[in-house]
Amino acid sequence: MSRRVIGPINRVEGDLALTLTLENGRVAHAEVSSPLFRGFERILAGRHAQDALAIVPRICGICSVSQAMAAVNALEVLYGVSAPPNGQKVRNLVHAIENLCDHLTHFTLFFMPDFAHDAYRARRWHARAASAFTAQRGSAHAPMLEARATLMRVVGLVAGHWPHTMSLQAGGVTRTVSATERVRLARYLALARRYLETTLFGCPLEAISALSTPAGLAAYRDAHPHAQFALFLEVADDLDLYALGRCDAPLIAACAYPSDDGPLSDALCWQDGKPTPLDTATISEDVAHSRYAGEAAHPFAADTLPLPAKAGAYSWNRAPRLAGAPAQTGALARALARGDALSHALMRAGGSNVASRTIARVREIALLLPAMETWLASLALAEPFAVPCPPIPLHERAEGLTEAARGMLGHWVTLEGERIARYQIIAPTGWNFSPRDAAGVCGPLEAALAGTEAPDAQALTIQHIVRSFDPCQVCTTH
Amino acid sequence: MASNNKTLLWLHSGGCGGCTMSLLCAEAPGFFDALQLAGIDLLWHPSLSQASGDDALALFDALASGERALDILCVEGSVMTGADGAYHLLPDGRPYSRLIEAIARRAQTVIAVGTCAAYGGISAAGDNLGGATGLAFDSSLPGGLLGADFAARAGLPVVNIAGCPTHPDWVLETLALVARGELAATDLDRLGRPRFYADRLVHHGCARNEYYEFKASAEAPGQAGCLMEYAGCKGTQAHADCNTRPWNGAGSCIDGGHACVNCTSPHFADPGHPFQSTPKIAGFPVGLPTDMPKAWFVALATLSKSATPARVRANATADRERVAPSISGRVKP
Repeated sequence: MSRRVIGPINRVEGDLALTLTLENGRVAHAEVSSPLFRGFERILAGRHAQDALAIVPRICGICSVSQAMAAVNALEVLYGVSAPPNGQKVRNLVHAIENLCDHLTHFTLFFMPDFAHDAYRARRWHARAASAFTAQRGSAHAPMLEARATLMRVVGLVAGHWPHTMSLQAGGVTRTVSATERVRLARYLALARRYLETTLFGCPLEAISALSTPAGLAAYRDAHPHAQFALFLEVADDLDLYALGRCDAPLIAACAYPSDDGPLSDALCWQDGKPTPLDTATISEDVAHSRYAGEAAHPFAADTLPLPAKAGAYSWNRAPRLAGAPAQTGALARALARGDALSHALMRAGGSNVASRTIARVREIALLLPAMETWLASLALAEPFAVPCPPIPLHERAEGLTEAARGMLGHWVTLEGERIARYQIIAPTGWNFSPRDAAGVCGPLEAALAGTEAPDAQALTIQHIVRSFDPCQVCTTH
Repeated sequence: MASNNKTLLWLHSGGCGGCTMSLLCAEAPGFFDALQLAGIDLLWHPSLSQASGDDALALFDALASGERALDILCVEGSVMTGADGAYHLLPDGRPYSRLIEAIARRAQTVIAVGTCAAYGGISAAGDNLGGATGLAFDSSLPGGLLGADFAARAGLPVVNIAGCPTHPDWVLETLALVARGELAATDLDRLGRPRFYADRLVHHGCARNEYYEFKASAEAPGQAGCLMEYAGCKGTQAHADCNTRPWNGAGSCIDGGHACVNCTSPHFADPGHPFQSTPKIAGFPVGLPTDMPKAWFVALATLSKSATPARVRANATADRERVAPSISGRVKP
């Protein structure tokens, strides 16, 4: 039996360390640690409510717009205002650009480079993976960054810049779109579509969204051997990533991309093979193994009291629980929420695992780009893009939920007058990379790692599992 | 064949990673091409390298001990000094702050990327539980982790590429100048910022200049007028070239419809007033345009308000410019 700490784990957003105990070539015990604390919940306390729009995007450089959207959703409840259709659509457009670019960045720069590792050189796909995805040198990187930069031009035009825009506000957005600008925006989307259809998928986006069975997925893989997604599917079959990193915790999602045509996916808690409503009143954060004082509490009742030297604590992440139990979140939960047939089939076959999580994430790219085209085309340019936000809040507290690329993000805000009295944040990786709670129940990644075959603690299998959740550690501990 | 390339190590501590994410938005050339063209080898970056775990720690130790030479150290995020560094630990339990310091004292040039690494930034806002500070400044006071007198081995003080986030070109052009030996101490302002962008004001090139001239003000974000009088805009005081060096193709905060929050300033995160409103005394903004005498500002503002064209006044509080400038000259019958 050997116990050791590994880290820093590269190619995740922020800092991550694992403590693994190996027994007979398997992980017997895993502890997931978030080693950095900054204290945004305390930074927000005492500020004007609207200051959240300047502060929360800076929690995270990769989920900046998601953080802004969670705050906007809370502020719209607090001030009793909602955005007109144009405002909602432009917010969706900006938010979807961030999330789509995140999926591209994660796939190309963070996740796939592991398959370029020398340990896989005997595999028939290794030369292709190494040539395209080796960190810093892979031929896939520059074209992806070019497509990403083109998509970010959409945010530049309608929201000033990315990350950390303040254009998304309670009541809408701070900028209108003219007819000529819409032409320019549509061209950026068209260039991105061309990249995705030639390089990532090798076929029309709609064909990727239409895949509904594992057999269909295999047929796609065989028909498009040069596409990057097909390469991943080949790797997934060869290494049986469908059997790696299984996590059986309930899958949760918030409503994603609301508009007057309905959201792209609704809130959900997927449990025991069926959908149930998401009841956020049952959310709590436990701190038994986290470096904080206090007891498990709902975020409307929780305070942030760091204790750097707390005995028995191993993470700056708290342990979020839904009805007392861990839950996982991410693109797979959103796919289940929108009734995606392929994701349902993969769940029935092998649950949430490295392959099913990654397939859901990459296929969401094919869903998001056409959705952006629709939002853009349906803007009523002569109509308002915002309504004035009333000067005084109507309510004292509100919950703001949204979907970041990696899953459900929640802000719980309590005001005193116009000032923030309490601001609590639960980030998606907070759920996925939760430490143990007072009952000793481990978090989703800890559960997914347990039992994994691993010749040593730095095994690539471990890293595939970690990265398959697309972690964002800076959001997690905020 | 020995390479003449410069080596670069990138460390991330108490920040959001947004400066890296912004850097990846670089265009023509993109990030990897730009480094290659500048003759820079990236030894390790937390988001972009193959090596994890032991390999990364071994590299850090070799650089910290001097066993391996390092040309450029970039640090993103503030340094967490509270509780003996316990707010950010390496996997082996050492404070990250000590690793940063050890490598900074070995590197030829040290660059703070972003306002957090330069001055503490948003991570040091409020009660600053974690003791977040900059590399060589704590807010606007020289000191920070490395001390007021710090100079890296090649002679420069810490280069502070302030911004929240940084523009990709600020970072890539600074790196290129450093790699060529063309950045001197005199190319930095007194807050350590490269003058090629920090000697400009955000106000320069602002597309709302006509509204500013006439003090025709937006009353809320999202309106077309000048954002200085009511909406908290600090573009006339903010040191950066955001309106002459566009972001993400064609953007800037102000073109996006919201205030400049002066994010290259050490104090931006604690402005002492709500970000989106302008504090005033006797009806005039507390923060006056840089280098402008107050009496003249008051006099000119009063005069220019009374001279505001009806078109400019009407557009200032609209969500877009609804009245077009008239065409001079006689209209033919």
